[in-house]
Amino acid sequence: MPGRSISIILVILCAAPLLGKDIRIVTTTSDLKSIVEAVGGDHVSVNSIANGKQDPHFIEARPSYMIQLRKADLFIRIGLELERGWESLVLEGSRNRKIQIGSAGHLDVSSNIERLEVPVGEISRAMGDVHPLGNPHYWLDPYNGRKIALTIANTLGAMDPENAADYAANAAAFSRQIDMAMFGIPADESMWQQQLSGELVPTEAGWHALMAPHRGKKVVTYHRSWTYFLRRFGLVSAGELESKPGIAPSPGHLKDLIESMNDSDVPVLIVASFKSNKAPDLVATKTGVKVVKVPYSTHGNAAADTYIAMIDQVVRQVAAAFNSSEGD
Amino acid sequence: MRPILALAAVLIPLLSAGLLSGQTRYVNLSFGSLFTAGGASVSGDNLLLLQGGAHDPRVNGFTVQNLELSLTGAIDPFFNGEVHLIFQINEEGESLLEVEEAFLTTRGLPGGLQLRAGTFFTGFGRLNPQHPHSWSYVDQPLVNAYLLGGDGLRGPGARLSWLTPLPWYSEVTAGLQNANGETMVSFLGEAAQRQFLGFRLHQREIDGIEDLLASGRWLNAVTVGDALSMNFGLSALRGPNRTGDTGRTSIAGVDLFAKWQPPENDNGWPFVTLQVEAMRREYYSPVLRLIYSEKTQVEWGFYGQTQWGFKRGWVLGARMDYLERFMHRLITSGTTKLPIPVSIQYRRRWATNLSFYPSEFSKARLQINMDDGEFLGKETVWGVWLQYEFLMGQHAGHKF
Repeated sequence: MPGRSISIILVILCAAPLLGKDIRIVTTTSDLKSIVEAVGGDHVSVNSIANGKQDPHFIEARPSYMIQLRKADLFIRIGLELERGWESLVLEGSRNRKIQIGSAGHLDVSSNIERLEVPVGEISRAMGDVHPLGNPHYWLDPYNGRKIALTIANTLGAMDPENAADYAANAAAFSRQIDMAMFGIPADESMWQQQLSGELVPTEAGWHALMAPHRGKKVVTYHRSWTYFLRRFGLVSAGELESKPGIAPSPGHLKDLIESMNDSDVPVLIVASFKSNKAPDLVATKTGVKVVKVPYSTHGNAAADTYIAMIDQVVRQVAAAFNSSEGD
Repeated sequence: MRPILALAAVLIPLLSAGLLSGQTRYVNLSFGSLFTAGGASVSGDNLLLLQGGAHDPRVNGFTVQNLELSLTGAIDPFFNGEVHLIFQINEEGESLLEVEEAFLTTRGLPGGLQLRAGTFFTGFGRLNPQHPHSWSYVDQPLVNAYLLGGDGLRGPGARLSWLTPLPWYSEVTAGLQNANGETMVSFLGEAAQRQFLGFRLHQREIDGIEDLLASGRWLNAVTVGDALSMNFGLSALRGPNRTGDTGRTSIAGVDLFAKWQPPENDNGWPFVTLQVEAMRREYYSPVLRLIYSEKTQVEWGFYGQTQWGFKRGWVLGARMDYLERFMHRLITSGTTKLPIPVSIQYRRRWATNLSFYPSEFSKARLQINMDDGEFLGKETVWGVWLQYEFLMGQHAGHKF
C-alpha cells in the first residue's frame, strides 16, 4: 500500500512543525511580536520584520525578510494597508504557501478592531495618502492591545488545539496586565467603555489617573498616527505638521498651523521617534509648544522593551508635558 | 493608433470597475507617465547615436519617454499575474503600443521553487528587469542599451527560480526565451542590421532548444546590521545570433547593489545607494574568421552609480558609464564591400542628477550628462534633461 504510507508520511510531515516544536511566527511589527510573546509563551518562536525604530509604512522588501518568512507557520499583520508597500513583495518572495493572503497562516489582527477615520464618500490621492480602510495605527490604544491578544490566542488555539488553554490563559493574563497598567485595579469591559466616554472618575493609579486631568486638551501631531491614542484619553487633535497624510510639512502649512496654534492654546506636540526634528523644533520656537518625541512601536527606544512598556512611556511623557506646560 | 483605441475601449470600463470596487482586488491598476524636456549639444542622428536607449530622450525639446499601464493581481489560488503595456510617442511623433510584459508566477510551488511563464524581461543583472520609472536616471546606461538593447532584453519564455535553503537569501534562476524579435538584441533580433561585416545576416529558424536564449542568474542578498543591505548577482546568457547556423552570443554579467538606510528613517530618508554592473559579450561568428584570426569578438562595459537621499524628498546622484565596442567600416572595392580593420570605440559618460519627490506618486529630476564625444568627432557633448513623472492608481511596492 504505497499510497497509504505516502499519505501517512505526508500527514506526519505536515503535522511535524506542530508536534513538540514551536510554532514559527513572523509579525510585521514589533508590537505584534511583543503581544505574541505574551500570548504564545514557550509554544512559539517569533520574529518581527520591523524592529520598532522604523516607520512600518516605509519598509523596503529586503530579501532578508523573505528568508525570515520562508519557514514561518504564521504571518501576522496590523492590516488596514499599513504594510501595503511591501507585504505582497515579501510574501511572494518567501515562496511559503502557508502564509499567503487567504491561507490559514496569514492573520490580520485588525478584524476585531473598531476602526476610526474610515473615509466616507469619494477619496482621492489629492487628499494625500489616505488609508481607504481606516486609520491603521490602532495599536496605540491599549484597549486594542487586549483585543489583538485575544485574536492571536484564538488563532494559535486553532492551529495548536493541544495548547489552546494556555493561549487563552496567557491572553487573559496579558489583558489583566493592561487593565492594571491602565486603572491600577482589575477592570472589565464596562470600565474601559466608561473611561472612553469620560464618565469614569480618575483612578488612584495607572494611565487613566495620569491622563484624566488632561481630558479635552489640544494636541498637534506630526502625522495622523495618534488618532486612537488621542481618542482613548479624550485629547483633541488641533492638526498635523503634515498638510496632508504622507506629504512633507511645507513652510506655508506650518505658517498657518503656527498661527492657529498661537490663537488657541495647544500645549503638546507629539512626534514619533523616527521623524525629523526640524519642523517640530520650528513650531516649538514659534509657539512654545512642548515637543514630545515618543516611541510609536515596541523597541522604539531601549526602555520601550515590551508593548506595555511602550504605551507606558508614551502616556508618561505626554502627561509630563501637559503638567510642565501648566507650570509655565 | 488603432490598437490603442481598441485597447482603450477594453480598459476604460475595466479601469473604472477596478477603481470603484473598493475592497475587491481582482486587478490592481496603475498608470505611470514619464516625460523629459531638455536638449543636448548635438541633434538629429548624432543625438540618436548619443542616447541609445529606446526610452532615452532622443530629440531636443520634449520627449514622452514611457506611458505604462500596469495590471497586477492574484489570478486564482495558484497564480499571480502581471501585465505591463507601454505607450510611446516616438521621435517622429507616432504613437506606439508595446506589450512590455505579461506573465504569471506560481504562488505555491513546494521546495522554494517559483515558475514564471509568459513574456517578460530577462533576469539579467539589476537594471534590465526594472521598468523605466524605477530607474534613478533619465536614461539607460550605455552598456545596457548596447548589449541588452534599448528596450531591455525581453521576450516570450519561461523560467524557474529556486530559493536555496542556504541561511542567507540565495536564489538561482534558469530560463528559456525566444531569441528572436526586436527586443532580443545581441541574439536573433539584430533588427536594424541586415549584415554583419558586409556579410548578409540569415533569417534563422528555431529548430531546437539550442536556438532559444538560455539565461541563468544567481542572486545573493545579505543584511548587515540594521542599516546596510546588499545584493550581489552573477548572470549569464547564451543564444544564437544571425551570422549563420553556428553563430552564438554569450553575455556574462556581475552586479552589486548596496543600500544604507538607518531604521529611524523619515519616509525612507536618508539613504545612500551604490549600484555597479559590468557585462561582457562574446560574439562568436564563423564570418569573423574570414577577416581576422579570431572567431570571437569581445566587447564589454560597465556603469557605477550612487544616490544620496539627503533630505526627505530629495536625492542627489552621480553615475559613470563606460563601453568598449567594436566598429566596422565598410569600404567599396570594385563591386564588393570590404570591412576595414576593426577599430575600438570607447564611450564614456558622466552624469549627475537631482531628484525631488513631492510624494511617492510624483517626481521631478534634473540631469546633466557629459559624454566623451570622440566617437562623434567632438570633444565633449553635453545634455541637460528635466524629467517629470506621475503615477496613478495602485501604490507601487517598495522593491529592494
